[in-house]
Amino acid sequence: MANVRVAGTGLTAFGASPERTGRDLFAEASIAAFEDSGVSRDDVEAVFYGNFMGELAEHQGHQGPLMAEAAGVQAPATRFESACASSGVAVREAVKRIRTGENDVLLVGGAERMTNLGTAGATEALAIAADDLWEVRAGTTFPGAYALMAQAYFDAFGGDREDLAHIAVKNHDNALPNEKAQYQRAIEVDDVLEAPLVSEPLGLYDACPISDGASALVLTSEDYAADHDLEAPVAITGTGQGGDRMALHDRDHLARSPAAREAGAEAYADAGIDAGDVDVAEVHDCFTIAEVLALEALDLEPIGEGISAARDGRTTADGELPVNLSGGLKAKGHPVGATGASQVAEMATLLAGTHPNSDHVADATTGVTHNAGGTVASAMVHVLEVVA
Amino acid sequence: MSDADDVADAGFDEWLDAAETGDAYYLECANGHGSLPPRRVCPDCGATDLEAVVLPERGEIETFTITHVPTPAFEADAPYATAIATVGPVRITGQVVRIDPEAVETGLEVELEITVSETTGERVIGFRPA
Repeated sequence: MANVRVAGTGLTAFGASPERTGRDLFAEASIAAFEDSGVSRDDVEAVFYGNFMGELAEHQGHQGPLMAEAAGVQAPATRFESACASSGVAVREAVKRIRTGENDVLLVGGAERMTNLGTAGATEALAIAADDLWEVRAGTTFPGAYALMAQAYFDAFGGDREDLAHIAVKNHDNALPNEKAQYQRAIEVDDVLEAPLVSEPLGLYDACPISDGASALVLTSEDYAADHDLEAPVAITGTGQGGDRMALHDRDHLARSPAAREAGAEAYADAGIDAGDVDVAEVHDCFTIAEVLALEALDLEPIGEGISAARDGRTTADGELPVNLSGGLKAKGHPVGATGASQVAEMATLLAGTHPNSDHVADATTGVTHNAGGTVASAMVHVLEVVA
Repeated sequence: MSDADDVADAGFDEWLDAAETGDAYYLECANGHGSLPPRRVCPDCGATDLEAVVLPERGEIETFTITHVPTPAFEADAPYATAIATVGPVRITGQVVRIDPEAVETGLEVELEITVSETTGERVIGFRPA
């Protein structure tokens, strides 16, 4: 399969900017991505854009053309919606499109405006990623759904809130030098354990924040990158997608994510690698337990052992497999529609040596990104490699 | 009820009606897969001939959580316990009632009970200790 080059990346700072419109956020990210890439807007053949709750937060549907316009691109544009994996699926479809040879240059990314809804409103909006009839109407919230998985994990494999707290501490530490991160602030295990409970056993510091932000990528074919002499050393070499039943109660195992396993296996095979080749990972840690389930689904930790990875230092910045060097969703923030493409942006710069945390992975050549929707009824995995 | 207050969700609201009178059911295909309505196709095998079968009275809690930060529709209900219980061939998510939330545990035997949200007055799927 032909590789797809990451020619440019752009991120807004993630955080609380309730007054800023989605179009303004995406415009900022796209400007940064075009400047980084050296690619002309005129060469963009389509825009693939991810967004989840635009109808609820901004009363705005049909966001594809709106965002192309905001980015100054005159090309067909499509919005992808797959809950928190919305821009992950946008990236995947863009990779496939470029590989077919149909397009050489695509603008890909996502945006989400959330903090204008307030905590209660954003909690309600996030909950629509679950089954409305059979989950939301029983009082399931998103933290609640992941709490159900955390309790199931503890019952099946052991572990406790303190193990999870080490994940939050690690990801906050990783975010310290990342100026795009919502929280550039170190925390300690006791801070996590003493924080108010959101949905037991998860507390406030087990959860990612509510965030506004946008991400953008300029993706090109190998031929275009060569013809235009682009500085684009990193390629997306593998892509995979998995699916599952909508409601958590219909998962085969309540503490596993088969869709992520399926997506990971497909992406690894596509790239011609296996889990042992992965040097660094960005995974969808919307809650601390989600990082555990992701590592196990991606075969980066054995089943039942991912819970101790952060506590024992295997996934810390100087561990054998650094995970979420960006700060992850937990500390970098989670503007949901922007997250999947932002993970690719963070990984591309980590591997290219231009990320503030690149020194921790100076010899890394292979990274993986994992983006999940709902209680992982949707999962997108990408493999990125240094190819030039 | 759907977003329009006076329009029901066909299939789901009838199931709540049945559960309220102790007549809860699941849908079964010829291969024995169980699922919940509204549904025309078995999600496991694609069979389209689904039959309503009486749901066993008792189930068992598989996992649970106590929610302190609810959606606005459950503001006055929090904190409340939510659980996933296996009931016969299906699993159901519901609120655990008639017990101190702190006493809820995995393995607890429960029975279905349709309860009411203190916040909205809407019907809510619940479980009570068996």
